[in-house]
Amino acid sequence: ERGHGPYQPHEPGYGLYKPGHGPYDDQIPDPKSRMLAIQNAKAYLLKSSTTSGLNLYDHLANMLTKILDEQPTNAVDVIENISKDVKWAQFQKKMDTLRDEHEILPTFEAAEKRKALFLKTNGEGDEELEEDIGETPLPNVMETAFYFEQAGIGLSKDESYHIFLALKKLITVQPIQTCRFWGKILGLEMNYIIAEVQYHEGEEEEETEEEEVIEEGGKRMGEVEDEDEEKEKEDEPPKSTYKPPPVIPKEENGTGANKYVYFVCNEPGKPWVKLPPVTPAQIVCARKIKKFFTGRLDAPVVSFPPFPGNEANYLRAQIARISAGTHISPIGFYQFAEEEGDEEEEGGGGRDTYEENPDFQPLSVVEMVDSLSTWVHHVQSILKQGRCVWLNPFQKSEEEEEDEEEEKAEEPDELQQEIGPPLLTPLSEDEGIQNIPAWTAQPSTNLIPQYAVAILQSNRWPGAYAFASGKKFDNIYFGWGHKYSPENHAPALPPPVQAEYPSGPDITETRDPTLEEELALKAAREEALAAAEEEDEEEDVEDDDEEDDD
Amino acid sequence: MEAATLSAALELAAGGGAGLSPEKRAVLGASLLLLQRDYRFERVWFWGCIRGVRGAYYIAEGLGPDRAAPRSRLYSLNCVEWSLLPPATEEMVAQAEQLKGRFQGDPSFEYEYTEINAEDAERLFEDGKEPMIKEEARLVATIEQIDRAVGIIPRGAFVKTPLGSVHENRNFEGLSLMEAKKLSSYFHFTEPVNLKNKTLLEKADLDPSTDFLDSLEHDIPQGSWTVQLEKGGTVVVLRSLLWLGLTFYHVPMTKQYGYVYFGTGEKNFDLPFML
Repeated sequence: ERGHGPYQPHEPGYGLYKPGHGPYDDQIPDPKSRMLAIQNAKAYLLKSSTTSGLNLYDHLANMLTKILDEQPTNAVDVIENISKDVKWAQFQKKMDTLRDEHEILPTFEAAEKRKALFLKTNGEGDEELEEDIGETPLPNVMETAFYFEQAGIGLSKDESYHIFLALKKLITVQPIQTCRFWGKILGLEMNYIIAEVQYHEGEEEEETEEEEVIEEGGKRMGEVEDEDEEKEKEDEPPKSTYKPPPVIPKEENGTGANKYVYFVCNEPGKPWVKLPPVTPAQIVCARKIKKFFTGRLDAPVVSFPPFPGNEANYLRAQIARISAGTHISPIGFYQFAEEEGDEEEEGGGGRDTYEENPDFQPLSVVEMVDSLSTWVHHVQSILKQGRCVWLNPFQKSEEEEEDEEEEKAEEPDELQQEIGPPLLTPLSEDEGIQNIPAWTAQPSTNLIPQYAVAILQSNRWPGAYAFASGKKFDNIYFGWGHKYSPENHAPALPPPVQAEYPSGPDITETRDPTLEEELALKAAREEALAAAEEEDEEEDVEDDDEEDDD
Repeated sequence: MEAATLSAALELAAGGGAGLSPEKRAVLGASLLLLQRDYRFERVWFWGCIRGVRGAYYIAEGLGPDRAAPRSRLYSLNCVEWSLLPPATEEMVAQAEQLKGRFQGDPSFEYEYTEINAEDAERLFEDGKEPMIKEEARLVATIEQIDRAVGIIPRGAFVKTPLGSVHENRNFEGLSLMEAKKLSSYFHFTEPVNLKNKTLLEKADLDPSTDFLDSLEHDIPQGSWTVQLEKGGTVVVLRSLLWLGLTFYHVPMTKQYGYVYFGTGEKNFDLPFML
């Protein structure tokens, strides 16, 4: 026979291979032993588990009931899951007198805000029809998004539309002449959506007053301090001879780096916040540091050299740098406004205004992509000083001749006027980094060249893109807001320790004289004394002699 | 991201401004499917795109029955024709780490070793190899590094069977909103390194079928991941700051998740200064 040994109750062969009863015996089985086997099996199945209190018989019954009720497809493949679900259902109470409060998810609030974007405010309906719709400053964000999408750049359509509506809201609130979606800068906790805006002329006087007030307050403080110092003139420690370099004033609103005003919000639906104008000191410092944005405008920027401002200022400085470095347009789209006799009077400042060329003839996409000289920068580049137009900070201080020291007299010679590339220079003049060109130009598709869009990606500011198609073009930025550098960032080292005092002969320590030197000095002195005494003695002696002679 | 759900996934991961053009999306739908047929993959993932100076590499990964086995990687310059990449070796990774700068966009481009120790140079000359690295090898090494360092999955998405192989968890219904905001709910989808260093108490709480990978909590430096809720709080997006361009998205309480890389393929060594 097939003896595997005595079968255990759970094995399939149990009870079958009793002597005289093989599996293929077709005799009528002994009813009693079969009944006994069935009862044994059932008793086994009804045994309760020691850990969970369930028994297999009931569990199988429940499972089969559930399967027959629900009739899932391919039940045999998911039988384990069904078994698990049945066991799990044991612990679910069907009747619970306590009802869960409806959970108020934070997503609901956010959805409310976004819905608010889509509502038409009162009074808008009639006015819009009266206005000349063609003159709205609202940019067609969806159209721009479409062109960038051809290159795989851009946010999801949902987000683009929300930004569209958020810009519309911005325009209704502020007196804006032109508006553009500048781009999105990512941050650690939240992101920034940035709009580039120009006010109507004459609308923007509020901020300058606040700044003047602060300056006057500072001057008064300075006067009070001078009075205190005069009183203490007698026993003062030596005054520091350090004069900080002159603060370079920021450019006027509407010119240079502050030509546009920028509004930011964290998410479409949240209120727009205006960024303060940028100062040259902030730009110079921003060039030396590299920090992630957190997403909160009032967050401090902890860095070395210490950044003069908080995250809003740092953000504004980076926006200024990115705009100056990467805002380009097809050649001929903008031209200089024609004025008479201006070229000689510029003196190195360069022109800073341009206007649209009404006779612009767009070049084909192939030409736009092949050579970089078909694109020009239309934003003034920022000089090393931090401004677009160079300013000599020493012009006024030459009048104060009393305070000038030697160091200062040398400086006006060294500070040369900084000249940047003039406005509307083509991109072929852009320097690359090491052996990487500054821009990568590609058509959006090679398969359908008739409708391709020319796309430029900046390699110096990764995340800056520009497209041109026929008469349309635009620039955009999606990124973290940092310049590309192939070298690792090396923070500026602290400056060397300042000298505390000028060293002179009275303070300088000299070597103590040695014993020989001291003896020699003593001997010299004694000789001098002796010589002096001899003279005196001789005089005395002469006197004595004279007396004696009498 | 799964090839099957590519379009929807790209919409969810587009917060950083990087995505694919409609042309690429359309062709990927077909070509990834053909990859699955040709190489007999069970799953095909669109890994992302590494942008070089002159062109871009599109990368796809194919998974076999054991999802944790080393994945086959393929690259393409136009999303139509794909070439299999050789598996990454430690040597390749070590060599590629010395290279700096952008990818060129040409797979046969050869980099010269500019900074190399005298010892290494001697060794190489002895071996008879020249100190040049092909961009293809650099590509392989970079993808391996990125996957190892920042390729992540939500906790519970994969289960380990008692036999050791890893499968998708059919019971995974998504993380809850609370869990999705925590870094400990995400795992590195690679060989675990820190798991054995956990204390016994911690190990007792782990479920060996789902907690068999390293979580993101103890990544160095701390703060190298940003967790944000986008689209009004309906999508959780994790972005890596160590490899800028890696985006992971997950819609809480649903099965949608995935990660994709759109970037230049360079590690962000300045991270400690920037935080």
